[in-house]
Amino acid sequence: MGMTMSEKILARHAGVPAVSAGDILTCRVDVAVCHDMFFTVAGQIDFERINRIADPDRCVVLLDHAVPAPTAKDALGAVKARAFVKKHGIKNFYDVGEHAVIHQLLVEEGFAAPGRLIAAGDSHTCAAGAMNAAARGFGPAEMVYIWCKGETWYQVSPTILYNLHGSFPSRAVTGKDLFLYIAGVYGDATNMNVEFGGEGVGNMTIPQRQSVATMCAEINAEFAIFPCDSVLREFLEERGDQEVDAVDPDPDAVYYAIRDIDLSSLTPYVALPHYIPNNCCPVADVAGTEVHQVLVGSCSNGRLEDIALVASIVKGKRVARGVRFIVTPASQKIYLEALKAGYLETLVEAGAVVTNATCGACYGGHMGLLGPGERCLSTTTRNFKARMGDAESEVMLCSPATAAASALTGRITDPREFLEG
Amino acid sequence: MKLKGRVWVFGDEINTDLIFPHSAFRVSPEEQVKLVFSDNRPGWSSLVKPGDILIAGKNFGTGSSRPGAVLLRRLGLACMVADSINGLFYRNAISYGFPALQCPGVSKMFEEGDIAEINMLEGTVTNLRTGETRTGNKLSKLMVDILLAGGIEELLIQEGYMD
Repeated sequence: MGMTMSEKILARHAGVPAVSAGDILTCRVDVAVCHDMFFTVAGQIDFERINRIADPDRCVVLLDHAVPAPTAKDALGAVKARAFVKKHGIKNFYDVGEHAVIHQLLVEEGFAAPGRLIAAGDSHTCAAGAMNAAARGFGPAEMVYIWCKGETWYQVSPTILYNLHGSFPSRAVTGKDLFLYIAGVYGDATNMNVEFGGEGVGNMTIPQRQSVATMCAEINAEFAIFPCDSVLREFLEERGDQEVDAVDPDPDAVYYAIRDIDLSSLTPYVALPHYIPNNCCPVADVAGTEVHQVLVGSCSNGRLEDIALVASIVKGKRVARGVRFIVTPASQKIYLEALKAGYLETLVEAGAVVTNATCGACYGGHMGLLGPGERCLSTTTRNFKARMGDAESEVMLCSPATAAASALTGRITDPREFLEG
Repeated sequence: MKLKGRVWVFGDEINTDLIFPHSAFRVSPEEQVKLVFSDNRPGWSSLVKPGDILIAGKNFGTGSSRPGAVLLRRLGLACMVADSINGLFYRNAISYGFPALQCPGVSKMFEEGDIAEINMLEGTVTNLRTGETRTGNKLSKLMVDILLAGGIEELLIQEGYMD
């Protein structure tokens, strides 16, 4: 019986020839990553009592959620993180100044790579699936378990395959729209893996794949994996990867469901407030809805091509009065590239606020929280009630193009009006 | 692992940010438990009595890696059962020694205040008022072992990885 990409990576890391849905395995983990919230939030696990770590070189620690520290408690968390990496000899530590949102950092620094099994203390870890890796989030207790033992248990989940065909109809439709369409039409994938295939994958950029893979956390996917095609191989070559240990699905792999999507038929999509599965619709259905804040950023959509697209839409125009337009690059590297390319200048001239690279307002941490009665249209990952501030605020999710167009009008606006007209 | 207790009923899509809100990130563990569901059901945390049971709909625990399960446990809840549970929340629940069971249809079985009887090893849920019983997903031996140890931290202490 053939295996899916998820099954092949788990089998390889369990040291067994084959696995199938339902099996419970112990797998060696290649990379185990924690960010500042592991160290800052009280009552999760007493990490200062850890006395040995399996392999410090397979551990990564980084600061991204609250950088530079917005409160003294966050600063204390960073102090503890620095002491921890020193005590345990963890060399892969990324402090303020060399920071990036965790899922962007793993790609930029080469930790996310084909065929790897990756664990991180963050729910959007499935993002690394854009690199043909099997990656998932764990809570703090299990991260400590993995750091101590170098392995943990996995249950093999059934897999849904999305076969993608064609290419996006215009620059106004990107990976985020594909994901919101999938979530809106097919709902959640709780206790399932999601994999992508079909010739349409080759028409998606790496950042578009990162956006989709990241967002699969929102349909409760276990892993979300893209194949290692020529586009990814070219990316890996530029990154300087010496070896590529990719996995391909077997032709006779067994899937829970196979669904076909024609990328050329997609339109700009949004998620309505408070949850995502079966709660999304075309932008056209809610066009004209008033927004008070527009946010572009996060592990879903804070990449250079996102910022470039946004800059091209707002260039020479002004953000609508009464709208706060915040742009948060996903990494220091992206910030610098956007600066050199002139995108940041274009954004600030249009009235945007460009922030430091951080998770920031996405998780309600800092820089751009909402007051009662306010609505934010955001390219970030979650629209949960109260996530970005007051319990009486609303978050709706969209692509960078929809965000930019809406920032200019102050109302939810179909970006095709700006990019196809 | 048989548990019996008074039931609290919650709906679908109860996410981690409602269970463990951001306002609980920078306060003490004692203060954290008071903030559970403060955005969707203010005052609820003070009504919970030790041994109570939480019943919910689909996708319980969707969202973040923050360990909401540990707050539910510290609040005194004996366990939770939902139509479906997010995989990361489920792992967190087991890791923090908080019994959680997936049982499709369970949310329709109960009214708030009913008494539930749950056998975690068999995966059965009974409403003692109506007599209705359903069977959900059984826990694997591995997960039972982690739960019986009291969670991952206890296991690591027993095995000498933590002081």
